[in-house]
Amino acid sequence: MKVTIDQDRCIGSGQCVLLAPEVFDQRDEDGIVVLLQEDPPAELDADVAEAAHVCPGLAISVEG
Amino acid sequence: MPDTRVPAYPMKRDCPFDPPPELRRIQAESPITRVRLWDGSSPWLITDYPDQRAVLSDPRFSADVRRPGYPHVTAASQARRRRSRSFISMDEPEHGTYRTMLTGTFMIKKVEALRPRIQRIVDRRIDAMLDGGPPADLVAAFALPVPSLVICELLGVPYAEHAFFQRCSRVLVSSRSTPEEAVAAADELKDYLTRLLGLKAADPADDLLSRLVTEQADTMSRSQIADMAMLLLVAGHETTANMIGLGTLTLLQHPDQLAELRGSDDPKLVAGAVEELLRYLSIVHSGRRRVAIEDVEIGGRLIRAGEGVIVATDAGNRDATAFPDPDVLDIHRRARHHVAFGYGVHQCLGQPLARVELQVVYGTLYRRVPTLRQAVPLEEIRFKHDMLVYGVHELPVSW
Ligand code: HEM
Ligand code: SF4
Repeated sequence: MKVTIDQDRCIGSGQCVLLAPEVFDQRDEDGIVVLLQEDPPAELDADVAEAAHVCPGLAISVEG
Repeated sequence: MPDTRVPAYPMKRDCPFDPPPELRRIQAESPITRVRLWDGSSPWLITDYPDQRAVLSDPRFSADVRRPGYPHVTAASQARRRRSRSFISMDEPEHGTYRTMLTGTFMIKKVEALRPRIQRIVDRRIDAMLDGGPPADLVAAFALPVPSLVICELLGVPYAEHAFFQRCSRVLVSSRSTPEEAVAAADELKDYLTRLLGLKAADPADDLLSRLVTEQADTMSRSQIADMAMLLLVAGHETTANMIGLGTLTLLQHPDQLAELRGSDDPKLVAGAVEELLRYLSIVHSGRRRVAIEDVEIGGRLIRAGEGVIVATDAGNRDATAFPDPDVLDIHRRARHHVAFGYGVHQCLGQPLARVELQVVYGTLYRRVPTLRQAVPLEEIRFKHDMLVYGVHELPVSW
């Protein structure tokens, strides 16, 4: 699964970090999302898809 | 003449744990419909989950309480929120400017670091309750003090003032307050916080208000910071307190699930129970309120610029398309996509903190007080039908 993020849309809710901490983190200064891996392994697919679904800023896109 | 075919909103509950039956009927029959408010206006009510998320994530719906057509909750809330505006009532880009001053403080890592401190607060409050009883009022002895202590520490507000700010806060969230009472309570709280900010500016400590008053001195006036502090203080304790009180009562009414929670030391089970109770109880039950700033089509309906919209998230959290068997409480459910914290850019800033507080509470209280039980039958418990945040006024318990 390919993941992209849009930091301009992120509101720092932290939902993605709770769901998939291996894939998402937050910037120390303002809590905005950072992507730790663009192509996470398949076993994380469900968590990453859920993160994209719950993201309140529509800041996470997944492909494949 | 008000159109009597248009249902009045808000509606009355029947079962204290469920949304009003008429709201559920509307949700089943016409998920986007007009309702009539206290001031005679007739905004749209959105009750189905997909359209709710569509509205709340669409920048063409504004949260700005000064715009004509904004569907105010009460006359008191209208008077109060127009007078002192914080970012909860602002749109982009202004909203984001203020919110990002705080997101660093509420990020997962920082809030997780507070967990041991929150655990200590919870443990001490349980000790005090056990020393003083049985019986006890769980709300006064535990549910209200815990989140108040946590938010006071984070902001740097002396907890010794809790009787004062809890009283002001109660007036602000009561749907019975007059505009005069609400404005007076808000002014009193704001004056207090402004004075406190003065003290912090002169002698900064390691807390959020000190940080704001020193770091944002060039970008925000003292009055704006006080408005922000007021939002954080009120939103930071009223909501979580009600989730502790009403959440505990709900679990006492579902003894099997309570027993499971008590017997498990799996943090995932506790975290899942927190999400499910947030969904099931939807305590912020007066709807997310917006006004359209352009014509927008939602769910096949045209909502015109200037028309108000109420997103009934309590109904959305019981939408069977998003949550199978929605009226069943099930702590094993995957419920994280609930809208109990809202959705879109205004989704709750304090959610990481609220989650950790509730996880610590639900993971500790029932284990430490395994025989916890209601001291009065359900019929005698006063529910907060008259408050903008739902819960119980008191919860007499024994053990
Ligand atoms: C269980 C507890 C809580 C619940 C159910 C809750 C619920 C909500 C909801 C529904 C909103 C969205 C308002 C809207 O869309 O118009 C919101 C916003 C907000 N909440 Fe919470 N909240 C809780 C705890 C907290 C805590 C602990 C804080 C902490 C400091 C907090 C601070 C805020 C702030 C500042 C906003 C405005 C966010 C914005 O407009 O960007 N809340 N909350
Ligand atoms: S869930 Fe979305 S808004 Fe929240 S931190 Fe992650 S990317 Fe940002």
